[in-house]
Amino acid sequence: MPEVQELVKSLADKYGRKRENLLHILQGIVKEERYLSDVALSEVARELDLSAAQVYGTATFYTFLDTEPRGKYVIRVCRTISCDMKGKNQIIQAIEDSLKIKLGETTQNNKFTLLETNCMGWCHEGPAMLINDQAYTKLTVDKAIEIITDYAKNK
Amino acid sequence: MTVNTLKRIDLIFHEDCECRQVLEKTFSKSNDDIINDVLESGLKGRGGAGFPTGLKWKFTAEQPADERFVICNADEGEPGTFKDREILFKVPSKVFSGMAVCAKVIGAKKGYIYLRGEYRYLLPELQKALDTFHRDIKDLIDFEIFIQMGSGAYICGEESALFESMEGKRGEPRNKPPYPTVAGFKNKPTVINNVETLVYAFMICKHGPLRFKEMGTSDSRGSKVFSVSGDTPIAGIYELELGMSLEHFVEEFGDGDTKAVQVGGAAGFCVPRKKFKETIIGFEGVPTGGSMKVFNSSRSMYNVLHNYLEFFEEESCGQCTPCRVGCQQLMKGVEAVKKGEKKAVYLEQLLKLSDTMKMASKCGLGQSVANSFSSIVNNFREEMIY
Repeated sequence: MPEVQELVKSLADKYGRKRENLLHILQGIVKEERYLSDVALSEVARELDLSAAQVYGTATFYTFLDTEPRGKYVIRVCRTISCDMKGKNQIIQAIEDSLKIKLGETTQNNKFTLLETNCMGWCHEGPAMLINDQAYTKLTVDKAIEIITDYAKNK
Repeated sequence: MTVNTLKRIDLIFHEDCECRQVLEKTFSKSNDDIINDVLESGLKGRGGAGFPTGLKWKFTAEQPADERFVICNADEGEPGTFKDREILFKVPSKVFSGMAVCAKVIGAKKGYIYLRGEYRYLLPELQKALDTFHRDIKDLIDFEIFIQMGSGAYICGEESALFESMEGKRGEPRNKPPYPTVAGFKNKPTVINNVETLVYAFMICKHGPLRFKEMGTSDSRGSKVFSVSGDTPIAGIYELELGMSLEHFVEEFGDGDTKAVQVGGAAGFCVPRKKFKETIIGFEGVPTGGSMKVFNSSRSMYNVLHNYLEFFEEESCGQCTPCRVGCQQLMKGVEAVKKGEKKAVYLEQLLKLSDTMKMASKCGLGQSVANSFSSIVNNFREEMIY
């Protein structure tokens, strides 16, 4: 896996090799690879001279530092009470039907992963979802499908 | 006829002021005078806990050290809170300016904004505004601000967990004392303030402490930014004077059929209709970091509680037993009562468990689960059972 090695090295060069730089590096890998593979994690441990357990322990603490393979676009639908009251279940159902996957799964072409997330700060404009870093609010079933279809076709 | 206690205020979002001019004026004062202004204003932390901001600054300034930090807590994760996002989006330079004033007072050369991962889309604009700010104040003060991203962990809004996260570790809260004013980020004396607190501190520098002090009540001075959501026709962000009664709040924001308001998010208190009149929003009554969720009579309070417990169960860092096991057991317990697998009196045991969590948990997360749990179970007991 020379590619991951190179990525880790370049991130370590950019942010530094101290413990306090660990999160920056892990975030940088997730940005490029969508998740943290075992190879990537042990490479980070080697590069920063930390134990693999310390790196893995830190990575698994954070929801956005995935340690399982994810699609190119990670959809996170807010599940907290305001979005729940505004019908997030229908939104999830519609996306599941459209992408033919269940919550927590990734499409066969590795393009989409569908997840739930805790309150993302759009309670007044729910239901809301994130696709990677981008927030989409005031969702309806039609609007959600339109957004997903656009990603499927154009991105 | 009673006086309406609900007053809209326009301080925080009001026209973007000339930050540099206010900073020049402020920096011409002595550090003691600035601290005294903030103390005099009565400003308390706007993140929820409500520690007097002036004291925090004073303690940090007085702590002998070779390096001190100022940190802006933008890990806004409390369900129903979204006002910091709006502040950072609309008036970022006021946040930076508040940090600069604090930096001068405590002698910090570096400041950090810890921004939650869910708000990463704010980063490009925020960084641009920050670069402009640095250029503007270069000759005024030797102070630089860095933005650090979180990665999706509610607990990192707890100050000591936030320091751990900034140091590249799991966001697990530390034992206190020592408090951040003594040993915070990198074990150096650190002021950590909520986004909104820093803006108010800056507004106090601009307008003087009196303007702020004359608003609110003796325990809750000033105004506060509220995030209103749920069953309301006018969900959104509102700056209101503190000390209003919940009855007046509901008159303004309710949909005419309000049965309860959750004040302060999942970690806050659920107030039922019969207590609206006597409930004051502020530190003398029910405090809030800004979250106000309105529920009408079509809502099942069991579903609300279950949603909160799911939230806590997942966001508990797992470090201390009362919180880790307590959150799981409370959720299993209410499910069992609802299904009829346990008798209704089992709720008493669960209430006792939540009390234990309040006493024995290490940090604010585990300690505040009992707030929503006991206020929902006690006020809507029949909905928990049937």
